[in-house]
Amino acid sequence: MPLHVEPVLGLSAEEWQAVRLSLGVAARSVLVSLIPAVGIAWLLARGRFPGRTLLDALVHLPLVVPPVVVGWGLLMLFGVRGPIGGPLHDWFGLRLVFTTEGAALATAVMSFPLIVRAVRLGLEHVDQGLEAAARTLGAGPLDRFVTITLPLMSPGILAGAVTAFAAGLGEFGAVITFASNIPGETQTLPLAIYTATQTAGGEATAARLALVSFVLAISGLLLAELIARRMHLLLGRG
Amino acid sequence: MLEVTLRHRFGRAEANGFALEAGFAMPDSGVTALFGPSGCGKSTILSAVAGLLRPQEGRITLHGTVLLDTAGGIFVAPERRRCGVVFQDSRLFPHLSVASNLRYGLRRAPPDAAGPGFEEVVALLGIAPLLERRPGRLSGGERQRVALGRALLARPRLLLMDEPLAALDAARRGEVLPFLARLRDAAGIPILYVTHALDEVDALADRLVLLEAGRVLAEGPVEALAARTDLPLAARRDAGSLIPCAVAAHDPARGLTRLAFAGGAFHVPLRPEPVGTHARIRLRARDVAVATEQPRGLSTQNILPAILAAITEANAAHEVFLRLTVGPTAILARVTRDSVARLGLRPGMALWAVVKAVTFDHAGAKATTGPDLPDAVRVAEPVADGAPPDERPIPPRPSPGRTPIGRLR
Repeated sequence: MPLHVEPVLGLSAEEWQAVRLSLGVAARSVLVSLIPAVGIAWLLARGRFPGRTLLDALVHLPLVVPPVVVGWGLLMLFGVRGPIGGPLHDWFGLRLVFTTEGAALATAVMSFPLIVRAVRLGLEHVDQGLEAAARTLGAGPLDRFVTITLPLMSPGILAGAVTAFAAGLGEFGAVITFASNIPGETQTLPLAIYTATQTAGGEATAARLALVSFVLAISGLLLAELIARRMHLLLGRG
Repeated sequence: MLEVTLRHRFGRAEANGFALEAGFAMPDSGVTALFGPSGCGKSTILSAVAGLLRPQEGRITLHGTVLLDTAGGIFVAPERRRCGVVFQDSRLFPHLSVASNLRYGLRRAPPDAAGPGFEEVVALLGIAPLLERRPGRLSGGERQRVALGRALLARPRLLLMDEPLAALDAARRGEVLPFLARLRDAAGIPILYVTHALDEVDALADRLVLLEAGRVLAEGPVEALAARTDLPLAARRDAGSLIPCAVAAHDPARGLTRLAFAGGAFHVPLRPEPVGTHARIRLRARDVAVATEQPRGLSTQNILPAILAAITEANAAHEVFLRLTVGPTAILARVTRDSVARLGLRPGMALWAVVKAVTFDHAGAKATTGPDLPDAVRVAEPVADGAPPDERPIPPRPSPGRTPIGRLR
């Protein structure tokens, strides 16, 4: 982030760091969850298999379970001695706890239901008659998915990504539980705001960061709306 | 040759499930219409042939290739059947331009598959000005024309049309119908055409498969089935014979066109089609009267010598069908039992069939004329009852190249 904007917004280097980190964590969380979200959304919208309701509930769990509990669950699974975190650490030297990657993972899990819901909605809007038409024109399963289904569900994917990104900027409970509150590593915007409110004389920092949070969230939502409109025009539904 | 045998039951057997149990064969050329009321199973049959529906039991072969054989466990995926489908709701891909829609099937067709080229199809369907547009910006009629082109360009071995005109209003139907007739003549592949509109059958079909409640009632050439009085077709208001004709001459001074058929000719109000155009006209049984002596002093233009071949029951208690032959052509007339008794009508009698010039309804034409000419002919309905033909206002003659005119009332 260029330094010359610093005086304009009146943010200190530490504050900028938190903003930057938040953006990075949110972006990574979206990148990580997008493809699995499309897969899960497909299963939920089109799949007919036993346990579909269970999968649906499992995906939506982070929406209803306290974020701290999600963070605790991640600690159990991905901790250095956890069933997933152990092998990751021992075999690949990968540590997720207390790292930026860990913060991104916690954010991804929390925003996963948001993406799945939006993608699924987008998929359910795709007229399966069009896929049938593509079949009769000689398009096989992958061909149909890439040329018909994916472009037609793309507004849903994009809406999900933007919403998850905006929500990911503000993830607090799961991040602080799983990745802790390390400035420059895992101290994202909400964590920095929380820390500022706990520090003597931190009121100004808290106010500035809160304003940034607000601006980012609003911009995200406006962007999502704008993209959705353009996409609908492109898809000929305008 | 397409051969189809299907058994399919919707819903639970003990419930009032709809059962389809149908079999028919269609030749390698021309249009075979699957005709019947809504819910008779005609669209289900088409979906099964396309492979979009998997029937519980059945066998479908196309040119000897097995597409479906439930007994043998064979089910060829729709994308490998090479059956082009034109859906009622066109189903153009909204995110692609008209040109990309047209090329979608073409790109996926086997390289050795023969068929008309892109430019040829675009010209045939008159969609050149639409190529860069998105389907969302097209009218219903334009959309169906593009859908026709897209299906044809996939180089299919069989074209399946599922009520392609049913979603259009009368004006749009009139716009698309001549293109359908053109496509039929240019495609050179068999077409299975599902419809519940008799005028589309009249205009396009060579063969008819008549369906009712999931069963085939009859199949055969359209003219032959139209002349049968034992089918549900005979109960319709527009029941009658279908007569292949050719435009023999125009008489602009009298405002009449002469349509020749095997065994005679009809005079009808002036038609825009050039001499030589082949048309098929529907002569409704209720529009034909008979006389035992040659009538005189009658405004009616068409008084044809005929032989009464048979008297058959009509669905109404006090009416019968008279089967008349004019040369080799059969004509149906619907009269009351009282008329039969009054005139002493019996098979073998020589009669005069009386047909007003202005009674002719829809008709279809085989394109034997130039590409700019409308292929389907519709013959006008009555202009004004009672007025002698010479005093009738002559309808303005539409310029050639236009789509067929609708009914004149």
